[in-house]
Amino acid sequence: MTDAASDMDTRPATANNGPLLTSDGVPLKQKLAITTRRMRWKAFLLTVPLVLFLIISFVVPIGQMLFRSVYNTTGTDVTPNFAVAIQKWDGEDLPSEEVFELFVKDILQAQKVRAIGKTPGKLGTRVNYELPGSLSLIRSAPRKLKKITEGPYKEALLSLDKRWENPVLWRTLKRVTRNFTPSFYLAALDLKYDAAEQIVAADEIYQIYVSNFWKTIWLSAIITFLCFLLAFPVAYLLSTLPLATSNLLMILVLLPFWTSLLVRTTAWIAILQSKGIINNILVFIGIIGDESRVQLIYNQTGTIIAMVHILLPFMILPLYSVMKTIPPSYMRAARSMGATPFTAFRRVYFPQTLPGIAAGTLLVFILAIGYYITPALVGGADGVLISNLIAGHIQKSLNWSLGAALGTILLVTVMVLYWLYNKFVGIDKLSFG
Amino acid sequence: MASGNTVSSTGATDAYVRFEKVQKSYDGEILVVKDLNLDIARGEFVTMLGPSGSGKTTCLMMLAGFEPATNGEIYIGDKSINHIPPHKRGIGMVFQNYALFPHMSIGENLSFPLEVRNMGKADAEKAVKRALDMVQMGDFIHRRPAQLSGGQQQRIALARALVFEPELVLMDEPLGALDKQLRERMQYEIKHIHENLGVTVVYVTHDQSEALTMSDRIAVFNDGVIQQLSSPEDLYERPQNAFVAQFIGENNELTGKVEKINGSTCSVRLEDGTKVKAEKVNVNNVGDKTLLSLRPERVEIDPVGKMDALLKGKIEELIYLGDHIRVRISVAGNDEFIAKVRNRGDKRDLKEGQSVKIGWAASDCKALDA
Repeated sequence: MTDAASDMDTRPATANNGPLLTSDGVPLKQKLAITTRRMRWKAFLLTVPLVLFLIISFVVPIGQMLFRSVYNTTGTDVTPNFAVAIQKWDGEDLPSEEVFELFVKDILQAQKVRAIGKTPGKLGTRVNYELPGSLSLIRSAPRKLKKITEGPYKEALLSLDKRWENPVLWRTLKRVTRNFTPSFYLAALDLKYDAAEQIVAADEIYQIYVSNFWKTIWLSAIITFLCFLLAFPVAYLLSTLPLATSNLLMILVLLPFWTSLLVRTTAWIAILQSKGIINNILVFIGIIGDESRVQLIYNQTGTIIAMVHILLPFMILPLYSVMKTIPPSYMRAARSMGATPFTAFRRVYFPQTLPGIAAGTLLVFILAIGYYITPALVGGADGVLISNLIAGHIQKSLNWSLGAALGTILLVTVMVLYWLYNKFVGIDKLSFG
Repeated sequence: MASGNTVSSTGATDAYVRFEKVQKSYDGEILVVKDLNLDIARGEFVTMLGPSGSGKTTCLMMLAGFEPATNGEIYIGDKSINHIPPHKRGIGMVFQNYALFPHMSIGENLSFPLEVRNMGKADAEKAVKRALDMVQMGDFIHRRPAQLSGGQQQRIALARALVFEPELVLMDEPLGALDKQLRERMQYEIKHIHENLGVTVVYVTHDQSEALTMSDRIAVFNDGVIQQLSSPEDLYERPQNAFVAQFIGENNELTGKVEKINGSTCSVRLEDGTKVKAEKVNVNNVGDKTLLSLRPERVEIDPVGKMDALLKGKIEELIYLGDHIRVRISVAGNDEFIAKVRNRGDKRDLKEGQSVKIGWAASDCKALDA
């Protein structure tokens, strides 16, 4: 009896406080997990190929690329021993004889091996980023250093060229022979180290990136706004037409997607250039004289026109998909209650299109801020965006680290804007259709 | 507005809403509304009843101002409203999907019509509260439409259509999306609100029981034409043509030929040769084909007293429905003939396959067009 009584005491307690049990006495949560495990495995397996593909082709390379913005081994690759030794130098006056000796030997060694990406010339380029004008000095160093066969190396080197006597050069060398460096972010933000190792604004002729970031954001905002102005009426029309007609018109909206981006952009060149269709027509009707043709391309105007055209469908589609779900009875209800057509539109219809507007503007803005081909083709010098500068550093100047730093800043900018957007508009209110 | 004065002489009748020779076509080939003439008195509850595509909703939309009449005039009071835009007509409207603005709270939804009329804030608040109390939804003023059930949304839509005190309220199948029980309760509520406020209501539905419950008069639409316009009782008891008889309530049909016309009654020979007496409603000449219409609850099985018609039949099927028993009988070549037998508890001994006599009074059997 006592056993039974104690059983009676404990059982209700577990029933009240413990987990819910199935009729077999297994905890309900556990049972549920077992029954849904298969389903979860299936869901996981369905996404595995894409996840692997993304990791291999996207996450890893991008991560590696972005890593280059703070990690650059040129200094340690070319002069490995010197790189270690100079870090002990306090930066006052000039480094010691020992450091000079390692420098000379490392340079000569690198010149002898001539490994790809590890030549003294590479070091010259790297130093030149931070101390413009020192490229030729270091590039020509191997040839001149060959004459030095024995110490004292410091004296011999200083007698070769007056520029070796500059402590700023050695301080810069000390900086570039560290693998982790903030220099490229400084460069991307138009900053630099001055002679006293302080971070200051870069010389005016080198200040191109910050202003270009602002220009990119500003142009993207203009493009987004123009897309909205053009897309809203079209999307409204599409959503109110009978299905057969709206489908036909929708094909026209999507038609540009069937043509190569390059073809579309070059078509704009044919239309907008100074001997192009628009200018010819304007001259022909006599609105402008033959000598005062309007410059519509190879500047910001060209970038804006061509990009609005290319990004327009990305605004129309989310707007259309949202408008399609707004029954006409809302407007009718508003009007039956005494609202003028304009008031009904403003108070009832427009607020309900906000999820579409939010999705469309976000989509177009983010596409525009990183757009590359169109501004490269029609932007000229004035209409290039930050992505063109990034591409230039990756493909032409081969300053991958600076390209990576600019790319990272662009990525962070987009993420900050997205965060702000989420804060003020709310991602849950978005509807891409 | 000026044109309203010029036509006032032609539109001046005691009718409050008046359709005069109204026609409507969307494509220029088919008339969806054909020559509609309809007078609605002030304070009346008129239902437009008909199958889908019969033109009833189009009529409502023309009255509300969302569709222009292709021909003819619509008057409210003395004024032709053909050229008055919807927002100046001052008509309250309840929509099938309620059309509550999802981005506004219930309170904002209700104050919307007052705001666009520039009503003062304090007055508007009072009016909103009054309207919400009328539909017993006063506690829901801060909710969003999406947080309400279908029935609650329906009440709000009703309150919103009434909050600016329109004299005329249009309802386009407002109860269509509700389940049966809720629909019936709302029918009574709408009926009571109409009685209390004295507004004129034009109601569109395809549900005949809804129409019978609430209306003062019902206009049965078919094929763009009003088939019959009368009180619910008349509509059920005295259908004027075969469509109305079939559309309203359950109905037994027997076809035959008119043999003799005798004042208000006529005798008809059915297809199997039997002769029956019926009330002459929609037949004119001897020899015309006719469709006899007979309500199932007016059919007597093995009648005791004297009947105007007495036929032999065989019970095909018995269905027990609680308050009555449905008896399917084959009579005069029609094996879909239904009789409803009230469940009086006297255990009438009906069996499937049994031969019975069925009878009815001539006044219950209407001879209609075939």
